[in-house]
Amino acid sequence: MEKLLKDKKAIFLFTFPTFLLFTVIVVLPIFFSIHYSTLQWDGFSKSVFVGLSNYRSLFVDNTDGFVQSVVNSLVLALISVGIQLPISLLLALILARGVRGERFFRTVYFIPVIISTVVIGQLWMKIYNADYGMLNIVLRALGLGKYANAWLADTRTALASVFIAMLWQYIGYHMLLMYAGAKSISPDIYEAARIDGASETQMAFRITIPLMKPILCVCVIFAVTGSFKAFDLIYVMTGGGPLHATEVPTTLMYTTIFSRYQYGYGSAMAIFIIAECLVCTVVIQKLFNRNAED
Amino acid sequence: MIREMGQESSRRYNRTKKRFRWPSFFLYLFLGIVTVIQVYPLIWLFLFSFKDNNEIYSGNAMGIPHIWRISNYYTVMTGGNVGVYFGNSVIVTGITIAVSTILITTSAYAIVRMHWKAKNIFLNYILLGMMVPIHATLLPMFIVLRNLNLLNSYLSLILPYVVFALPMGVFIMVGFMKNIPRELEESACLDGCNIYQMFWRIALPLVRPAIATVAIFTFLSSWNELMFANTFISNDSLKTLTVGIMALSGQQGTAWGPIGAGLVIATVPTLLIYFIFSDQLQKSVIAGAIKG
Repeated sequence: MEKLLKDKKAIFLFTFPTFLLFTVIVVLPIFFSIHYSTLQWDGFSKSVFVGLSNYRSLFVDNTDGFVQSVVNSLVLALISVGIQLPISLLLALILARGVRGERFFRTVYFIPVIISTVVIGQLWMKIYNADYGMLNIVLRALGLGKYANAWLADTRTALASVFIAMLWQYIGYHMLLMYAGAKSISPDIYEAARIDGASETQMAFRITIPLMKPILCVCVIFAVTGSFKAFDLIYVMTGGGPLHATEVPTTLMYTTIFSRYQYGYGSAMAIFIIAECLVCTVVIQKLFNRNAED
Repeated sequence: MIREMGQESSRRYNRTKKRFRWPSFFLYLFLGIVTVIQVYPLIWLFLFSFKDNNEIYSGNAMGIPHIWRISNYYTVMTGGNVGVYFGNSVIVTGITIAVSTILITTSAYAIVRMHWKAKNIFLNYILLGMMVPIHATLLPMFIVLRNLNLLNSYLSLILPYVVFALPMGVFIMVGFMKNIPRELEESACLDGCNIYQMFWRIALPLVRPAIATVAIFTFLSSWNELMFANTFISNDSLKTLTVGIMALSGQQGTAWGPIGAGLVIATVPTLLIYFIFSDQLQKSVIAGAIKG
């Protein structure tokens, strides 16, 4: 048995393909990207080494609106944590405390998460459509026709409209994580609290939520990094327009690389996004841990 | 796990029913409204797929179609390339699931069961992949694929889909294998089998639930993937369902009914798999998050 499990050839056969593919397709490209980000290069002609100047032009004398796109993604992160997560938490707490049809609600709330972004995008584009969209129809029916709008074509409303669709899609995802967290708390604790005369609300705030801290930390990290990495739904719904009103770093990166052929500059954006995600992950973990020690 | 939790909670609910009084009516009203918000768009899409432009533009974009135009489905499957897109998605997703399952189970087996020095380093190395956003790899992969003349091939999608399925898959599989007793394998070994037979005949059947979990995960991410598919494939006959339908709906003067039908066709396999495996799927989402 021992001899079998030390079979070098088998170990190699079992692990090397994974190692090779993973290294070539995930790890090496990151180093390539870092390298590209120091070049001025259109992908075809000879590249010129420019040091960190691509990173500099992201923020200093920026002309393509990268700073604004970062601000947009920060706003998304903020409302994701401030609005989406509380809604998910409320739903998770209600379902976890036991209501009839718990399983049904849990299953149904999760549905938007599994649907293709292209489908979700088309759905919401129809909802926001100026002529026959559901939103305008409802507004007109309520006698609020003057507020009817071409939601995605108006620079003042486009960003909010896209964000609402994005928040909607992932409410169920966070709900499920929080639900699992709430469910893993021992019922005995509630029993004890009830004997001491605690109300449902008190138990939620004093017991459930504090004990859910680890999963809440995960949810906040997912919500924040997810906002920084958001691409699909914005790309489908507006492509960053109208007039760059809905641009986020990823959509800008995509057009910089594949429409403007600024490979070096676009790679600097990619590296910035990765760095942003890593830093925020660490900071959020630190914040949660410090709170836990108090 | 979830099912157990469900039973646990209903027990708890019964035990505490007398003192536990939500204003029930408002509670269920609230849950009901949320249900409508989460599901109505899908119902709307379904109704939409039976209409034609006249009906949509003349103010019935929301309600029950006046005539159920089943022909929309026929039109989109035969007229456009949606049949081809569907086939492409099935091929790419199918091969991705098959290949990633083999890589994940063999690697996890070597990590959990076999004896070698670097196995923890190897595991952590692969798990690092969970942190990497795919954006960082997009351009380098594009350049490499272009130089190898592999753009516009199934391989250009299967490769990244397989590899980005590995970290999560290995994580779930390793966790599962650790909890499987070794005795079966040991007794099998006494009967004199080699390491490959031990893996294939004994270990693999035992981890079937974990394989299902990982496969569903991989299915969802590859079936719905947009960025790679949109970048690496420009040849219409190789497009996957998501990209193909996005291109269709971008055209001017589109007939929206058939597009709606196409969207329904893209969604039905996902929904079917979801309803069959929803417990398994929800478990795997949670498993993924706990490592985070």
